[in-house]
Amino acid sequence: MLLRGVALLAACFVAGQILGETLGRLLGIQANVGGVGFAMLFLILSQNELEKRGLFHLEMGEGITFWSKMYIPIIVAMSSVQNVRVAFSNGLLALLAGIIPVIACLALMPLLSKLAPKD
Amino acid sequence: MEYIITFLDKNGLVFAFLVTGIIMYFSEGLSKTLTRGKIPGSAISIFMGLVLAYFAGLQTLGKKGIADIPGFSGFDQMGGPVFRDFAIVSTAMGASFAIIKKTGPIGVLSLFLGVIISFLSGVIIAYALGITDAESLTTIGAGACTFVVGPVTGTALGASSDIIAISIAAGVVKSILVTIGTPLIAPYIGLKTPQSAMIFGGLMGTTSGTAAGLAATDPKLVPYGAMTATFYTGLGCLLCPSVLYFIMRAII
Repeated sequence: MLLRGVALLAACFVAGQILGETLGRLLGIQANVGGVGFAMLFLILSQNELEKRGLFHLEMGEGITFWSKMYIPIIVAMSSVQNVRVAFSNGLLALLAGIIPVIACLALMPLLSKLAPKD
Repeated sequence: MEYIITFLDKNGLVFAFLVTGIIMYFSEGLSKTLTRGKIPGSAISIFMGLVLAYFAGLQTLGKKGIADIPGFSGFDQMGGPVFRDFAIVSTAMGASFAIIKKTGPIGVLSLFLGVIISFLSGVIIAYALGITDAESLTTIGAGACTFVVGPVTGTALGASSDIIAISIAAGVVKSILVTIGTPLIAPYIGLKTPQSAMIFGGLMGTTSGTAAGLAATDPKLVPYGAMTATFYTGLGCLLCPSVLYFIMRAII
């Protein structure tokens, strides 16, 4: 059961990434166009569908949850293999590109809250 | 000594698990003692990863951070695109369209606005600071979304590692800012209902930052904000290396 969850995740991963690669080819660019996003979409859709039919076993979920908990450690490993020495001179850019979008989006929050239906 | 290094390189992935575990343990400690839990251990660990990569780069003059240090080559595997994308896709589990539909069109609107505005402001800042090629601009714009969308986009478009590093750093800054800022700003932006938490998660993304920030505001809001933030990551990974990249290519 556990591996069925991992296999489902792998199936979504493969399908999404191949779709991304294929789109890149079709559009004539050397890029994976949204592969990870497609894969996530597939996982959400297939999980929702399986749950609806009562086929999503708890243990299947555990096989996927393991990987979602490995996500931060993997991101830590990923940041430790980047070319930070060269990036360092652009530290200001990283700082501003982290701060300004937050402020810009926050400014929209009151407006969107007003538009939201009341429960 | 040499046979130990050979051994570590041969079993690189396992050794990388061990070292990453130590980095994270150490960072959790720093989070608790130095920041009294205000900055989550995860953000500190990612920052630590960048710091280690910096010093490793100074030492080895290589391009691959600590993976260039003998014995540490396994980091290239653990932090490579395969594991990374696999783990990112897995975080979509538990997300449900049924719940997002409850916020109505506003939830979806906040998601799109959140991704597009973060992206655009990241691109404009990068352009103003002298980055000119479409791939790098898109990668940094994606980094302004989250520290995940940045590297996913960068790898998909073939951006250079230093640009990817900047995009991660931008995402980490954002995550820390959202974590610390959320409880402070919550009363002013009406962040007290599940619905407002979903809009907030949709605008901000950065799942780790949103979850930690909401936890400090009101733990009941966490699942709602984390839900839309997860969709944000998915939408970012979908839009940045596709539509938004094409727009950038068309402009530049």
